Amino acid sequence: MQRPIQTASCALVALAFALPAMAQGTASVPNEQFIPVVSYRVGPYAAAGTSVFGGFIDYLNLVNLRDGGINGVKITFEECETSYTVDKGVPCYEKLKNHPPTGASMFTFYSTAISYAVLDRAGVDHVPQVTIVHGRTDASDGSVFPYIFPLVTNYWSADTDIIKFIGMRLGGMDKLKGKKIVHLYLDVAYGKEPNEIFMKQAAMYGFEGKLIPVPPPGTDQQSQWLEIREFAPDYVVVTGYGVMNPAMLKAAARANYPRDHIIGNFWTGSEEDTVPAGEAAVNYISALVNPAGTDFKVVQDIEKYLYAKGLGNMTDKSRIGSVLYNRGIMTGIISVEAIRTAQGKYGKKPLTGEQVRWGLENLNLDDKRIAELGATGLIQPLKVSCSDHEGGGAVKFQQWDGKKWKIISDWIQPDRKLVRDMVEASAAKYAKEKGITPRDCTKGG
Amino acid sequence: MFYREAGQFRTSYHADQRIFPIRQDRLAMGALLLVAFVGVPLFGNEYLFSALLIPWLILSLATLGLNILTGYAGQLSLGTAGFMAVGGFAAFNFQLRTPQIPLLVNFILSGLCAAAVGTAFGLPSLRIKGLYLAVATLASQFFIEWLFTRFGWFSDHSSSGVITAQKMVIAGIGVDTPVRRYVFVLSIVSVLALAAKNLVRSRAGRAWMAVRDMDVAAEVIGIPMLRTKLSAFAVSSFYCGVAGALWVFAYLGSVEPQAFDLDRSFQILTMVIIGGMGSVLGSFLGAGFIILLPLLLQSTMQRVFGNALRPGLEPNIEQFVFGALIIFFLIVEPLGLARLWSVAKEKLRLWPFPH
Repeated sequence: MQRPIQTASCALVALAFALPAMAQGTASVPNEQFIPVVSYRVGPYAAAGTSVFGGFIDYLNLVNLRDGGINGVKITFEECETSYTVDKGVPCYEKLKNHPPTGASMFTFYSTAISYAVLDRAGVDHVPQVTIVHGRTDASDGSVFPYIFPLVTNYWSADTDIIKFIGMRLGGMDKLKGKKIVHLYLDVAYGKEPNEIFMKQAAMYGFEGKLIPVPPPGTDQQSQWLEIREFAPDYVVVTGYGVMNPAMLKAAARANYPRDHIIGNFWTGSEEDTVPAGEAAVNYISALVNPAGTDFKVVQDIEKYLYAKGLGNMTDKSRIGSVLYNRGIMTGIISVEAIRTAQGKYGKKPLTGEQVRWGLENLNLDDKRIAELGATGLIQPLKVSCSDHEGGGAVKFQQWDGKKWKIISDWIQPDRKLVRDMVEASAAKYAKEKGITPRDCTKGG
Repeated sequence: MFYREAGQFRTSYHADQRIFPIRQDRLAMGALLLVAFVGVPLFGNEYLFSALLIPWLILSLATLGLNILTGYAGQLSLGTAGFMAVGGFAAFNFQLRTPQIPLLVNFILSGLCAAAVGTAFGLPSLRIKGLYLAVATLASQFFIEWLFTRFGWFSDHSSSGVITAQKMVIAGIGVDTPVRRYVFVLSIVSVLALAAKNLVRSRAGRAWMAVRDMDVAAEVIGIPMLRTKLSAFAVSSFYCGVAGALWVFAYLGSVEPQAFDLDRSFQILTMVIIGGMGSVLGSFLGAGFIILLPLLLQSTMQRVFGNALRPGLEPNIEQFVFGALIIFFLIVEPLGLARLWSVAKEKLRLWPFPH
C-alpha cells in the first residue's frame, strides 16, 4: 500500500516547488524606521548570537518604550535567522533590504562570512553595512568603501593596541627589543587579518615575532603549544573564536605557560571563553571593546522598562550584562545615534539607507553624549568621517579572576599612522582590482 | 488523459533517440525554458533572482557534477567543494593575470583546471572503492582548502585570504544587474545540463553506468577502467569547477576559501541523495529541496506565527520540520525526488482510468 503515500508525497513536492517563497505580509505604518535584525539563534554560534542580538533588540525596544522612538519616529524591526551561514544570510539580506516604509536602515550581521558575501551589494543597493569589530579591515577607508562601516575598532588597530599594552607591561616600548612574541591565530580569514601588521611591528620594535596557525575549529592545539614551549616566547597574542578559546587556555595550562602572558583580542575575551576553561583561565588577559557588567544606567533602564514588565528578549536573564550582550547594546546605541544624526540633516521622518549612511559618516559620539545615553565606560568616543570609517580604535584590557572580568587598563589608543597607511594601501589595491574610483574626501561628503 | 503517448509513432532512429521521446514532454520542456528565459526575467523581482534562483541554479550545477561521478559512475566523492574552490580561484586568477581572455573562455579554462585537479585526486579510485574512496577524496577537500589558505599567491596576497571577483563583461555588455546575472547563470547551466543529459546517453555514459553496476563485469566486457573512471572524475570536476567560478563571480563577489569547506561537500552529496542518484532532473530537485525549502519554511513560519513565539523558537522549529521532511521523503522514496517524479508521470499516463 505504497501508492497513497506516494501520491501524497508527489503532491507535496509539487506544492513545495510551486509556492513562491516570497512576499511579505507586514503592514506598514508611515512614521516608522525599519532596522533589520539578521540574527543567529541556532547552530554552533547560537550562544554568542542570542546574547549579541538579544542586547541589540532590547536596546531598540528600550528606545521605543522609554523615549517613544527616535525623535518620535518609532523603530520597527524584523528578525531573520541566518544560522551564521551565507546560504541563509544572503536571502535574509535580499528579503529585508527593501522593507517598508523606507527600506533597511543598515545591516549588522556579526558574521564575517556573510559580511563578505554581501559586501559588493551594499553600494549597489545603497544600504550601509555596519561591521562593528568584525569584517573587512581595509573597509575603514571610507573613500573606497562608502557603504561599509567597521566602527569602533578593527583587527589591525587592536593588534597595535595589544603590542602597546605589552610594551607598557614591560615598562616602555624600547623594552620590546629582543623579546619573543607569538601570534597564535585561528587559520581562517578572520584570524589571518592581523598577521601582516604583527610582523611589521616586530620589525619596528625589534622583537622576534612568530606566527602559529591553529586549524579550525581549534579544539586540538597540542602541537602548537609544543612549538610555543620550544620557542619560549615572552608573550602570546591570540586571535581566536568560539571553541578555540577555552581549548587554548586549557592547552596553555598543560604546557604550564603563565596565563597572564597570554593576551587575547576582543573576540577572545568573553565569559563564554573563560568559564568553560575553569581554573585554567585564571589571570588570562584580553582586549575588550566593551566591558561586561550591569552597572551602566542603560542596562539598568533595560531591566526597569523591559524585564520588569516581561518584555525582555533574553530568556536566560543571567546573561544580561555579559560582554556579548553589552556589545549588542553598543550596536543598538550606534545604530540609533546614526539615525538620529541623519535626522538632524534630513528631518524627523523615516529615512532611507542612503540618508542613514550620511548619519553614520557624520556620527560624533563624544563623552557628553555617551553620558546622556547612560553608557559611560560601556562605549568609547567615536568620531566618524568620510575617510575614516573606524571612528575609535581604542581598546581596554581586562583580566579574568576566575569569576568575572576585571578591567586593568584605560582606553589604549592604536598606532593610527601605521594602521592607516596599511588600510589605505590595501583599500587602494581593492579599488584597483574592482575598478573603483575612490571618493575625494577633502570635498566633504 | 492529457499525458499519453498513444498515436505517437517513432518511425526513424532519429525520433527514437530523442531526449524527450514523448511530445508532451517536449512541449513542457519548451514551455519551461521559455518561462525561465523570458517570463521570469520579465516578472521576477530582485529577491527571486539574487536570493533564490541564482544560488539554486549554481548549486544544481555542482550537484549535477557530483551526480555524474557518484550517481552515474558510482564513485563516492567528498571533494566536491574543493573542486568548486579550484574553479573559483582559477577564474579569479585568470581574470587577474590575463584579463584579455574573454570571460566565457576563462570559465571553461577554470573548469578544465578543476578537471585536472579532479583527475589527479581520482587516481586512488583505480585501487579503492566505496567508503574508502570517499575518505581518499576527503583528502582533496582538506588539501585544496589548505592550499588556498596557506599560499597567498592564489588570493593575490590579500591579507585575509579573501578574493573579490572582478566585474563580469561579456562582449561589451556588463553582467551587473541581478536579472543579467540570472540569465547568464541560467544559460550556462542549461547548456551544461543539456550536455550532461546527452553525455550520459552516450558511449561514455554507458561505460560509467557499467562500471557503477559491476566493475569486474565491465572490465571483462572490455571497458577500460582507467579511462572510464578518470573521465568521470574529470567531467564531474569540470562541472563543479564551473559552478565554483559562478559562485564567486555571479553570486557572492567576495569569497574566502572557507566558503568551500567540507560542509558544502556534504550539502551537495545530500542534494544528490535527496534528488536521486543518476538523474539530471534529480540534481535540480535535490538542490531545490536543500536550498529553497528552508527559506520557504522560514517565510511560512513567519506568516503563521508572526512574533507570537519566544525569540529563537521559530528557527529551531524550522530545523525540526526540515529534518523531519528529509526523513519523510527518504522513507517514502529512498531513490530520491526524481524517482517520485517518474512515478507521478507513470500515474498520469493512466489517469483517470488506472487499471
